[in-house]
Amino acid sequence: MKELKLMKGNEALAEAAIRAGCDAYFGYPITPQSEVLEYLSQDATKRTGMVVLQAESEVAAINMIYGAAGTGKKVMTTSSSPGISLMQEGISYIACAELPCLLANVVRGGPGLGTIQPSQGDYFQAVKGGGHGDYKLIVLAPSTVQEMVDFVRLGFELAFKYRNPVMILADGALGQMMEKVELFEQQPRTFELLPWATTGKLNSRERHFITSLHMQPDKMEEINIHLQTKYKLIEKQEIRFEEFMCEDAEYVLTAFGLVARVCQKAAILAREKGIKVGVFRPKTLFPFPINEIAKLASKVKGILDVEMNAGQMVEDVRLAVNGKIPVEFHGRMGGIVPSPEEILQKIEEKFVGELV
Amino acid sequence: MNDKKMIDEEKHFAEVIEQENICTNENLIYETPGTLTDNIMHYCPGCGHGVAHRILAEVIDELGIQEETIGVAPVGCSVFAYNYFNIDMTEAAHGRASAVATGIKRVLPEKYVFSYQGDGDLAAIGTGETIHTCNRGENILIVFINNGIYGMTGGQMAPTTLPGMKSTTSPYGRDVATMGNPLKITELVAMLPGTYYVTRTAVNTPVNVRKTKKAIMNSLKYQKEGKGLCFVEIVSNCPSNWKMTPVQSNEWLEKNMLPFYPLGDIKVPNEKEK
Repeated sequence: MKELKLMKGNEALAEAAIRAGCDAYFGYPITPQSEVLEYLSQDATKRTGMVVLQAESEVAAINMIYGAAGTGKKVMTTSSSPGISLMQEGISYIACAELPCLLANVVRGGPGLGTIQPSQGDYFQAVKGGGHGDYKLIVLAPSTVQEMVDFVRLGFELAFKYRNPVMILADGALGQMMEKVELFEQQPRTFELLPWATTGKLNSRERHFITSLHMQPDKMEEINIHLQTKYKLIEKQEIRFEEFMCEDAEYVLTAFGLVARVCQKAAILAREKGIKVGVFRPKTLFPFPINEIAKLASKVKGILDVEMNAGQMVEDVRLAVNGKIPVEFHGRMGGIVPSPEEILQKIEEKFVGELV
Repeated sequence: MNDKKMIDEEKHFAEVIEQENICTNENLIYETPGTLTDNIMHYCPGCGHGVAHRILAEVIDELGIQEETIGVAPVGCSVFAYNYFNIDMTEAAHGRASAVATGIKRVLPEKYVFSYQGDGDLAAIGTGETIHTCNRGENILIVFINNGIYGMTGGQMAPTTLPGMKSTTSPYGRDVATMGNPLKITELVAMLPGTYYVTRTAVNTPVNVRKTKKAIMNSLKYQKEGKGLCFVEIVSNCPSNWKMTPVQSNEWLEKNMLPFYPLGDIKVPNEKEK
C-alpha cells in the first residue's frame, strides 16, 4: 500500500535509510543537513537495531564508515560541503579499497565557510574525485524530496553491486524543503558474509585484509587499471537521465538537481512565448550521459546550461557537445536559486536575439 | 687421517640424529604462534614491533579467538601489520585507526577489535580520534607503541620525543620552548571516564615482555566482559633512527625513556566492579 507523507528532504533521506535496512550511520552535525542525524537519533535504533553514532568530527565519521563498510554492513554518512571536504581523504581510501557505502552531500554555498544556503558548488568535488588519486564515486543528483528517498535505496544497491562509494549530491534547499513523498516499505536488515569483508578469519578461509597500500608500482598500476575498468562498466550500465519536452525542442536547458525543476518552469514560460525549449537533466552525474547529450546536440540549435555555481557541469556538457552547437551558461552563486523568469530572459538574450 | 675423518663424520651424524630425536612435538617449548603468518617481517633488527606482534599473536592463540578478532593497522612502521597477523585486518588512514576500530566494533560488537598504533599516529595526527574513542569507552583494545620518533619516514620528531632528544627535525635536540613538550597521552586518556584499564609496559627485557603479555591478555578478557576501553602503551625502541645498535637502544631506553615514561598500571579496574 502506498504510504504518502509530507516530509522535509533531510528527514525523508533519513527515513529512507532506516527503511532500506541501513546497519549504521556515523555523522557530525552541520547545517543544512543536521536533521538527518537528529531524525535517526530519535528512534532508528529502536526500530531496526541500526547503529547511530555522532562522531567527534567528519574525519572520524568517514573513518568509522571505512571500518564498518569493511565488514560488509550497509553504512551511511551525510554532511554538507565543508564537512564533505574534511572527508575526502577517507573517501579516497574507501574508493581504493572498494568498499560499498552511501554518502550524501547536502551542498551549501562556498568556498570556505561560505553560506548555509543551497548551492551546487561541489559538482567538481563529487564528480571528478575530490580526494587524492584517480577514483570515481557514483553520483546521484536528486531534484525532488521523492528522489532523496528513492536514491537512498538505489544508492545502496549500486554501492554493493560495484563495491564503490555512492554519493547523493543534493543541495540545501532540497534538504530543507517539504514535499509529498511516497515511502517504500521497511526492508529487513540482512547480513551476508562477503568474500572480502573483515568479519573474523574463519579457519576455513584465508585472512581478509582491507588496504589501499601497494608498494610495488606494477601492483598499484594493476589496482588502478582494475578501478578504471570498473568505472567504464558503470558508465556503460548505470547512466540515468530525464528529458522534459525535448522531442520538438529547438533549445535545451541542461541542469541537475533542484535547478532542473526551475528550468522546467522556464521551458513552459518559453513555450508560452513560442520558443520551443526542453530540459535535459542528468540524474547520474557520474556516470555522465555523454552520448545522450551528444545526440541532443545534433537535433537542437543551442544549449543553455544552468547551475547554482560558477560553471561546473557545463564543462562536461561542452565535452559531450564537442563544439557542434553553442553551449551557453547561466549560474548563480552564494546561495541564490535562479528564477524561471531570469532563465527565460537568458534564453532570449543568448539565442532568440540572434534569430531576429 | 682417513680414520680420523671417518670418526668425525660418525660423530657428526650421531649429533644430527640426536637433534632430530630432541626436535619432536613432545619437546617443543617455543614455536611460531598460529596467529602470525609466515611472511618475513620488514622491521629493522632489534625493533620492538616484532616482539609486540608476537605477544599479541600469542595471546590471541591462547584465548583461542583467532576467528573472532579483527585488527586495525596504522600508518607508520607497522603499516604492514596486516601482513603478519593471520587474522582479518583493516589498514587505516594516518591517525584514524581508533575511529576505524570504532566503526568495526559498533557493527560487530561480538568480535574482539584492536588497533595497533605508533606515537605519531596515535598522539599527533590522531589525537582527536584517540581521545574521543577513549572517552566514548569503545569496547576495544588500543595498543600504543611509543618509541619517541617517526620511524617510517626516517627519524623525525614525534609528539613523544624526549626533551633534548635529537631527531632529523630537531637536529640540535628537542627544544621544548619552541617545539613543545612531549605528550604523555597515556596519562591523559587514563583521566577519561571511558577508559577501563590503562597501563604502560615495555618489551626491552624478558620480565617486561611477560608483563606486556599479561596486560594484553587482561585487556582482551575485559573486552569479552564488555568493560570498555583498554589502553596498553608499550615503550619501545628504534635502533635505526636512534642510530644505535639494538643492545645500545635498549640501554638508552632504560636510562632515558623509562624515567620519563614510567612503567606500570595507570588506571586499574575497580576491584569491586570486577
